[in-house]
Amino acid sequence: MFESIQSVPLNHYILFCSLIFSIGVIGVLIRRNVIVIMMSIELMLNSVNLLLVVFSVFHGDASGQVFVFFVMALAAAEVAVGLAIIMMVYRNTRSIDIDILNKLRW
Amino acid sequence: MLDLIWLIPLLPLIGFLINGLARNVIAKNVAAFVGCGVILFSFIISCLVFNDVYDARQLGEPASFTIPIFDWFKAGSLEVSLSFLVDPLSSVMLLIVTGIGFLIHVYSVGYMKSDEGFNKFFSYLNLFIFFMLLLVLGSNYLVMFIGWEGVGLCSYLLIGFWYKNSSYASAGKKAFVMNRIGDLSFLIAVFLMFFSFGTIEFDGVFSQAAGSMAGDTTLVLISLLLFIAATGKSAQIPLFTWLPDAMAGPTPVSALIHAATMVTAGVYMIARSNIIFTLSPVIMDLVAIIGLATALIAAAIALTQNDIKKVLAYSTVSQLGYMFLALGVGAFTGALFHVITHAFFKALLFLGAGSVIHAMSGEQDMRSMGGLSKKLPITFLTMLVGTIAISGIPPFSGFFSKDEILAHAFVENKLLWVGGLLAAFFTAYYMFRLLFLTFSGKFRGTLDQEKHLHESPGSMTIPLIVLAVLSVVGGFLNVPAALGGSASLAGFLAPVFAESTALAAPFHLDHSTEFMLMAASVIAAISMAVVAYIRFVKNTQLPAINQQRSFLSNLSYHKFYVDEIYDYLIVKPLNALSVFFYRIIDKNGIDALVNGVGKGINESGKGIRLLQSGNVGFYIFLMVLGAVALLLYGIYTV
Repeated sequence: MFESIQSVPLNHYILFCSLIFSIGVIGVLIRRNVIVIMMSIELMLNSVNLLLVVFSVFHGDASGQVFVFFVMALAAAEVAVGLAIIMMVYRNTRSIDIDILNKLRW
Repeated sequence: MLDLIWLIPLLPLIGFLINGLARNVIAKNVAAFVGCGVILFSFIISCLVFNDVYDARQLGEPASFTIPIFDWFKAGSLEVSLSFLVDPLSSVMLLIVTGIGFLIHVYSVGYMKSDEGFNKFFSYLNLFIFFMLLLVLGSNYLVMFIGWEGVGLCSYLLIGFWYKNSSYASAGKKAFVMNRIGDLSFLIAVFLMFFSFGTIEFDGVFSQAAGSMAGDTTLVLISLLLFIAATGKSAQIPLFTWLPDAMAGPTPVSALIHAATMVTAGVYMIARSNIIFTLSPVIMDLVAIIGLATALIAAAIALTQNDIKKVLAYSTVSQLGYMFLALGVGAFTGALFHVITHAFFKALLFLGAGSVIHAMSGEQDMRSMGGLSKKLPITFLTMLVGTIAISGIPPFSGFFSKDEILAHAFVENKLLWVGGLLAAFFTAYYMFRLLFLTFSGKFRGTLDQEKHLHESPGSMTIPLIVLAVLSVVGGFLNVPAALGGSASLAGFLAPVFAESTALAAPFHLDHSTEFMLMAASVIAAISMAVVAYIRFVKNTQLPAINQQRSFLSNLSYHKFYVDEIYDYLIVKPLNALSVFFYRIIDKNGIDALVNGVGKGINESGKGIRLLQSGNVGFYIFLMVLGAVALLLYGIYTV
């Protein structure tokens, strides 16, 4: 399995992950739907996860992959909390538009 | 008895605490009992300590004991302990401080009897004695400095004792500020000593100083600073103007602090540091010149003053000038001898003046007195003794001490002697003028005052009598060889000044010359007494209120305008500078800066808060921008 990962050059992985990360960032920036923003955040997290795994393989050090498991567990928790917040927001405002939540300001 | 040395300063401190803390609770006679009792005990222990030192000296030992009490603090290489140095010099000072102090405490019981601040007064007096003992006993410059500051504080408290009178309160303030100038210089001297010798213990400093060359720059600087400190505490030119104003305090205070003890602290300090001064010949000359100038100017001012205490105050300044003249010509024993005799007769004169003022119900102007000798016989006789003693008529004490100083001045420089003799002329004149104006002729006060005239109570007259006896016999402590004496005080103090004596040119004066000098000063004293007698008893030339004065007399009456000159040269410019700093620098500079910072933050806050729009997308956008900027920064700087 390691051989098949290493058969693709490292640069390609980096470019690919950067691309996915940027898509995630742009998604967070331009979308107003909170669910989509959450999904974009997941995209960013996973691109970084992938990069961690790739570096771990190319370095021959397994700790990067162990780290990814922790990130995944945390991401699951984050999604659970995030969705709960969105639920509460929706109940209070009948909307999941992020621009409505602008009460915390000067 | 040296084991009990710590009790000597501790007892007055306890007295201060009792009288100070319980001043509203205890009765006046309890406060008086405590106040006088602790000083009496200190005096008894001091006598025993002196006896030990005396015995050791009789055996030919140097009799210098350092008694550690406790370690005070350590900082780096500086180790300061509270320890006491008992040697001939400090044991003599102990006797003066506690002995004269006790007499004046007893006197105060009568003098302050009807004052509502009676208990407070005794607590201050005890505190003063405590600090003075610390000053005298300390075995290093820091302990001495505590005492030095402490007596200044007590002086301030006691001058302004009747603080409800604002001119009295400002006299206290003046004394304090003038003393502070000297104190600062003392402190710098201590720092300099630590910097160049690495210690501030007397032993260490003196042994290292003794190894230096004469005229060594560090030593000159240290001795100059110490001398400036002494001019503040001992009221020498240019810092002497506080002492006449200090007469605002109750009269016992003037006797205790401003005649017998505190003002001699400068003399004690220089005598203690004699080796540093001997190795700085330039400063020794300066000390002699300043001393002589002070003696002359103060005596000249005293000639025309009409306030009985002012005359005595200027007389004190003048006599202190004599002591500094003695120090400057290397006659350390002579200076100490004059400290002792002066403590006797000047305390006597002040207390006598206090007795007069007491009888006159607070009147201090001699123009309203006269003819008091019948009503106050004891006061008159004791003050007569004091006047004869200070004028230098043998065999009273002032003659011996003044003559020793003049003889040393003569050997050092004939001009110094001439100046000293001139001051002796002045002294005899103003003292007999005081005596005749006060006690002879007719009473010139109001009828009320005349009815009220009475001799003071026993608690006031007994100290006067004791001091009068001491003023008569005090001179026999140190009878010069020319008069068949053995100069016992000089022998007793010899080890303290041994190193300086070894360095200085040996004092030599043949007996015939010495007799000539004595004759000159005796003639000066007696002739002036006669002149004063003719002017104020025969002719009764009373100083009138709007008297026409000659130029010189006017100058003397107005104290050479020294206060006005200081006011014009220092106080006014300083005031103007302060106003300038307040109006321009403080208001427009510092305040503007501080307020500007506040305003700037306020204004920028008003602008920047608009960025916080509550729009989460915008925040994230900024965050991303920041992250990208950091990324680019990372790339370009690696």
